[in-house]
Amino acid sequence: MADGRREPKSKYTVDRGIPGAFEGETVTRRRFMTATAHGAGAIAVSAFALPALGFAAGSALFDRPPVEWKPIGAPADFPDDTYLPRVITEVAGIGQVGKTTIYVRARDPEVDGDPNPPGYDEQFIAVSTRCMHLGCPVRYVDAAKRFICPCHGGVYDFTGNVSGGPPVRPLDRFYTRVRNGQVEVGPRYSVNSEFRRFPSYRDPAQDLDGIGQYLYPGRFSTPKLD
Amino acid sequence: MKLPLPPLPNALLPKPKRPGEAERAKPVDQAKEAGIATVDWVDERTSLSGGLRWLMFRKVPKGTNWFYTLGSATMFAFLAQAVTGVFLAMYYDPSVTHAYESARHITNDVFLGEFVRGMHKWGSSVMVVLVCLHMARTFFFGAYKYPRELNWVIGVVLLIMTFVMSFTGYLLPFDQRSYWATVVGVNINGTGPLVGPFLSDFLRGGAEFGSTTLARFYAIHMLLIPGAIAALIGAHLYLVARLGTTAPPWLKAESGDGIREERV
Repeated sequence: MADGRREPKSKYTVDRGIPGAFEGETVTRRRFMTATAHGAGAIAVSAFALPALGFAAGSALFDRPPVEWKPIGAPADFPDDTYLPRVITEVAGIGQVGKTTIYVRARDPEVDGDPNPPGYDEQFIAVSTRCMHLGCPVRYVDAAKRFICPCHGGVYDFTGNVSGGPPVRPLDRFYTRVRNGQVEVGPRYSVNSEFRRFPSYRDPAQDLDGIGQYLYPGRFSTPKLD
Repeated sequence: MKLPLPPLPNALLPKPKRPGEAERAKPVDQAKEAGIATVDWVDERTSLSGGLRWLMFRKVPKGTNWFYTLGSATMFAFLAQAVTGVFLAMYYDPSVTHAYESARHITNDVFLGEFVRGMHKWGSSVMVVLVCLHMARTFFFGAYKYPRELNWVIGVVLLIMTFVMSFTGYLLPFDQRSYWATVVGVNINGTGPLVGPFLSDFLRGGAEFGSTTLARFYAIHMLLIPGAIAALIGAHLYLVARLGTTAPPWLKAESGDGIREERV
């Protein structure tokens, strides 16, 4: 078989007998023009496709909304043995859709065994009503001292920790502070089952215990508390 | 009484018959031929008739039956969705504050609005059912096998796109059910490890459900996916015409005796 094999072509166009070949030339002009045309086409497509892609994804992924503090009432209003519902606007400018209910109570050191993380001294607990199964709105039932989700039966205890059903982590919370005689709520944050804080809050159904905290990284689109 | 002809320039007067020339076609005959002449005119410039004959007048195997119409049925379901969707877009307003009101306006006020919206709403379910039946037919008839694997793959992409259409369209009426179904759907999407949270942000247009969410669901629903579906249906049909259809599995190949004799 080796005898039948053709002599390998020289890489020099001169040796291949191509008319008008230059000395030392390896790329034929036909091949050069083909590559140029394809390259020009690729550049032209990238020129509109890449900006369009960035336009569609960029602000969605990287726009960080500002931190806003909303007053919700005087500190004396909130007991420490039950929750009071308050309605806050999470997304401005879209009417009723942007509002959400939160449940607020005073911090009770006996119930809330978790210490405030360094740098925080919160006197109030503001619990989100976003179910950590798939995001339906939970409701606080005072008789049972539990949060109950209507969609798929998620149940949370008084502190917001999961006591039954499909949710993967405790209810989100909001930063709180007291300013000008008013309790104010700030950005949302997520907690895992040990109430460790994750300031870049995660969407529901994203586990934050064990490997979950690495599988579901924080995003660039959540408000950042300095 | 015959009226005299108006004075016409010579160029416009009917030319006298030349000696040896055949009788000219009368206007009635010309009208009769008009359709054929038009088709001929187009065909001479496009050669479409060959392609159309190739597409429409194919040989089909023995045993072809009603199950083989499921693909066409799916395509007509898509066409119905496309047409009703285009006209629904004339009244629909994809803004968070007006979407629900404009959908209500379509249903309650616009002439035939309830009918067209109903067609679109129920038609989407019909399309999903037909896609699944068509897929089941292909599977149970073994029509996905060589050389039709690529058409199966295209079909699966079309199935996924149909589901994306259902998901994005579900938000547009913007009632309680739409809103919470989309919240749940986006959160399910977010459970994908590593990329899930960012995909959710992309879908919502941010970390929270906002006005961008509805706008981009609308754009995906009426521009992005329908275009892709139409293009892929074209490829799907091309491959059907190119490769032909399969006989149903209960038909055995005819006895090979004759072939063997020829080989001797």
